[in-house]
Amino acid sequence: MAQKARLAAGILLAAGVAATTAPAGAQSLVISNWDGYMPADLLDRFTEATGIPAELSVHATNEEIMGRLVAGGGRGFDVVFVSSPFAEALNALGLLAPLDHAQVPNVANLYGEAQDLAYDPGNTFSMPYAWGTTGLCYRSDRMATAPDSWDDLLDPAPDLAGDITMLSTDRWLMAAGLLALGYSVNETDPARIEEARNLLMGATDTLLAFDDTTFYSRLVSGEATLAHAWDGWCNYGTAENPDILFVVPEEGSDLWVDTMVIMANSENLEAAHAFLNFVLDADNHRWVAENILYKVPNEGAMAGLDPTLVDAFPNLGMAPATLLAMEQLRDLGEVQRDYTRAVTEIMAAQ
Amino acid sequence: MTSTRKRTILFLAPGLGWLALFMLVPVGIIVTYSFFQRGIYGGVVFDFTLGNFARAFDSLYAGVLLTSAKIAGLAMVLAVLIGYPAAYAIARGPRRWQPVLLFLIMLPFWSNYLIRTYAWIVLLNREGLINQGFRLLGYDGEPINMLYTDATVVVGLVYNYLPFVVLAIYAALSRLSPDLWEASSDLGARPFETFRRVILPLSLPGVAAGAVFVFVLSIGNFVTPDLLGGGRVQMVGNLIYDQFLSARDWPFGSALSFILIGIMMALLFAQAVMVNRSQGDHRG
Repeated sequence: MAQKARLAAGILLAAGVAATTAPAGAQSLVISNWDGYMPADLLDRFTEATGIPAELSVHATNEEIMGRLVAGGGRGFDVVFVSSPFAEALNALGLLAPLDHAQVPNVANLYGEAQDLAYDPGNTFSMPYAWGTTGLCYRSDRMATAPDSWDDLLDPAPDLAGDITMLSTDRWLMAAGLLALGYSVNETDPARIEEARNLLMGATDTLLAFDDTTFYSRLVSGEATLAHAWDGWCNYGTAENPDILFVVPEEGSDLWVDTMVIMANSENLEAAHAFLNFVLDADNHRWVAENILYKVPNEGAMAGLDPTLVDAFPNLGMAPATLLAMEQLRDLGEVQRDYTRAVTEIMAAQ
Repeated sequence: MTSTRKRTILFLAPGLGWLALFMLVPVGIIVTYSFFQRGIYGGVVFDFTLGNFARAFDSLYAGVLLTSAKIAGLAMVLAVLIGYPAAYAIARGPRRWQPVLLFLIMLPFWSNYLIRTYAWIVLLNREGLINQGFRLLGYDGEPINMLYTDATVVVGLVYNYLPFVVLAIYAALSRLSPDLWEASSDLGARPFETFRRVILPLSLPGVAAGAVFVFVLSIGNFVTPDLLGGGRVQMVGNLIYDQFLSARDWPFGSALSFILIGIMMALLFAQAVMVNRSQGDHRG
């Protein structure tokens, strides 16, 4: 009798577990994001809220994940975080699933500007996750005058030689040269690309290092004084040393948008949409912004942002209109080859 | 006879199969790719071209190859100069100490290559332990720049590959019969003479094996130049890595790999010839 009861209880328990996990048990997610680019507990919160298990894979650069996705036809990944030009390219290759807004009602939380970005008006294949600009991150206590121009990076005062780091990923490295020359960050004229290449080749002599990932800790340690940096990543330095400031050079800069995309080959399309919708929830997206210290294009999230954070990290307060005044990075199609070749040559010429 | 041959084939099969599948096939793919063109977003477009090789010998990239050879060559020479005396000391040391000393030589391999290399950054950076030490000793000038130079990369490579050299030379030295030393001295040779005319020539195959090992591993290395060169020291390994992972130009990366594999094969072949010849000398 006791045995029968135990058996019955066991069956009930098993049925109960099956009942709660059945819709989720069918689907699970593999998500690729930059390391540290979302709150450490975000996936746990997602699983708790939806019952869908999610696994994180990390990539260091857009180029790296792009290589993996192109090589494997995007198989093995459901949701991928990439910058907008790469989302555009993936879409052009037919690797992205069209987004079904009925499954992502939280898209309404985005700023109007973020729902009508030139690379994907109406968010048909990508959802903006974070946005910002690129500029100079510097130790104000170690520089006599604050930098305000791309020339401060490329043609620095003699006492700064050897104290500077630059981004090496092709779009941003080239953008520094193009902007210093007064050209577009999406320049396609071969002569101008060549001109920017030559300018950058000359500038590498004064570098401490190329650094896309640890420049802020080099600023904190004092190893570097001036870094070519994304606004949000500069904040990591400011968090440890308030003398570390961020400035957008007066020549202007780019507007980059990091997006979430769903792979066309995903077998978990519903779960993937559920993830996008979860992130775009105002509270969740605010939690993201507070953790990664990047601006998120979510009106509800930004409205609820802890004001002391904006005091500590002024670039978090940059208005969408200010960002939109910058030039949006676009995919270059064929011309991308000239950019990567120029960057390869700049790196090889040292 | 046939059963021995069968056994030989049976025992060789897994190793040969493994190599064929995971070495020859990938190398075949690389060779094939190197004659085609890249797609806009990566991938390979199957239009035949020799352009990748022409580009690899452009002065810019040839310069990177030369720099790599120079760095690898320096690392090789230093590793042999440092490794030989160590191997000699171990081989000539008391028997019961030899396993302990060899164990100590192998010990660094217990930690991760990346961590061992990163440790040098902690030591050498401008706010690092060595500069802090100088400041404690009263030095108050600008911190000394020791990172992100060719020399730092050489230091990192020597550090990481030294154990291979010591082991290779030790293996050669420990095979030499102690009688050789005795015979040489009985015939009137002083210790240095014995070393120069007997021991050194007989240990050369070990030196060559260790040296080629360091050179081959160094010239293709991309982690050490990346970390200790700060992205400012480009070796051909970095160039190849970038072609596959950031520039998405697989055909050009393949062409560079092909050239690198050619250099490595030539060196390994030269070393094999040398070992063969010295064994021939023995018999003769």
